[in-house]
Amino acid sequence: MSEELGFTLDGRRIPFQDGQTVMAAALAAGVYIPHLCFNPDFAPHGSCRVCLVKVNGRFQASCTTPAASGLTVQSETEELRNIRRGILQMLFVEGNHVCPACEKSGACQLQAVAYYVGMLNPHFSHFYPRRPVDASHAEAVIDFNRCILCELCVRASRDVDGKNIFAVQGRGIQAHLVVNTPSGKLGATHFSIHDKAAQVCPTGAILTKHQGYNVPIGQRLYDRKPINVVGDVAQLPESKGGRRHD
Amino acid sequence: MIEAKLKIATCSLAGCFGCHMSLLDLDERLFDLTERMELDRSPLTDIKELGECDVGLIEGGVCNAENVHVLMEFRARCKILVAIGACALNGGIPAMRNQFDLKECLEESYVRGIGLVNAQIPNDPEIPLLLNKVHPLHEVVKIDYFLPGCPPSADTIWTFINELLSGQPIALSYTQIHYD
Repeated sequence: MSEELGFTLDGRRIPFQDGQTVMAAALAAGVYIPHLCFNPDFAPHGSCRVCLVKVNGRFQASCTTPAASGLTVQSETEELRNIRRGILQMLFVEGNHVCPACEKSGACQLQAVAYYVGMLNPHFSHFYPRRPVDASHAEAVIDFNRCILCELCVRASRDVDGKNIFAVQGRGIQAHLVVNTPSGKLGATHFSIHDKAAQVCPTGAILTKHQGYNVPIGQRLYDRKPINVVGDVAQLPESKGGRRHD
Repeated sequence: MIEAKLKIATCSLAGCFGCHMSLLDLDERLFDLTERMELDRSPLTDIKELGECDVGLIEGGVCNAENVHVLMEFRARCKILVAIGACALNGGIPAMRNQFDLKECLEESYVRGIGLVNAQIPNDPEIPLLLNKVHPLHEVVKIDYFLPGCPPSADTIWTFINELLSGQPIALSYTQIHYD
C-alpha cells in the first residue's frame, strides 16, 4: 500500500503519518486548531480542552486523539466555537486576568485564543481568587493569578531542563501551581530565564523581569494579526516577538 | 417625516473616564452622531436626572452602593444597556483590590499612608459605602452588549454605535477587539 494516509478536517483532506495526533497532523498541514496546553515540543496533556473537535460525531480533544484514516473531523463550526468560547470564559473568571495591568498583554496566547474564538465578555461570575505573586527570583517573576494549569512549565522543567522545578498540587478547584522547594519560592531554585520552562507559558504567569514594555502595546505579536496567522508565542523566536530563545 | 433622535445616556461608575475620553476621540464624527442621537444624562451634558433612553453606555465596574443604584436606574430606563471597557466587563484595575479585605485596603491608604495627619478612615455619610468586592456590570444587571478594551478605541465605539443605530448585527474587525 503506497496510498497516503489521510483524514478529513472541515472538508479538507489532511495527510498524516502513523502515530500522529489529529492536532499534530493539522498543524503540519498548516491548519490551525485553537489550543493552550498543547505545544508540539511536548507530549500532549489534554487538559485545557480548547482544542476540542468533533471526530465522527463525538467530542474529542484533538491533541490526544490519534489520527486515523477515514476520520471526519469538524473544528470550525458554530457549535465548537461556542464551546471553546465557554472554556475560555471559564479560564478567565477562574483566575485574575487583568489584561490592562499585565505586561504580557498583546503577546499572550490565552488572550489571542480568546480573540480567535470571539470572546467579548467573561459571561460567568468572577471567582477573584486570592493568589500570590512570587518575585523572589532575580530574573523572573511568577504571578499565580494568571496560571491556567496547562502544566507546560512543569513538563518543560521536568522533561527538557531536567530540574523538576514546578508541579501542580491539589485537586479540582484546589489545584494550583507550586514551586518545588521547601519555601515554595522560585528564588530558592536553580531556575534560569534560559530554561525551556521560561519560554513556554501561554499566559503572563511566568515572566522575565526587566523587559516588560520593551515592545510597546499596539506593536505586539497579536495586536495586528490573529493567532491562526501569527502562530504560538512559545514557538516564535524572541526576535519575532515570541518567547522562544533564538 | 422627521425621525425622532435616539436618546443615549452615558455614565462612569468605578472607571477612570478613559472610555469617555475614547468617546470624545470620535472627534468630527461626533457632529455626525449628534444629527442622529441626543445625549441624555451623561458627564458630557451634566443632566442630573436620567430620562427614558434608547441606549445606555456604561463605563466602569461596580464598587460602591451608589454605583449599584445608578446601574439599576440605567437598566430600568434604557432599552439597550452596553458595558464599555475592561472595568465594566470584568472589574478591571479597580477589581485588583478584590485580592484584599476592604478593611486592609482602607487602612493601607488612610491609616498607614505616608505623611498622614490625624489618620482615620473617612466616614462622612455623604460618601457612598464601598462594597466588599468590585464587580463587573453583568453580575448585577442584564447587559445587552459588551465592548472590551482599556479603553475601546474610538473606531470600535464608532463601528458599534453605527451598526447599532442602523439595526445591523455588530461586526467588529480583529483590531477593534482588544482587552488592553
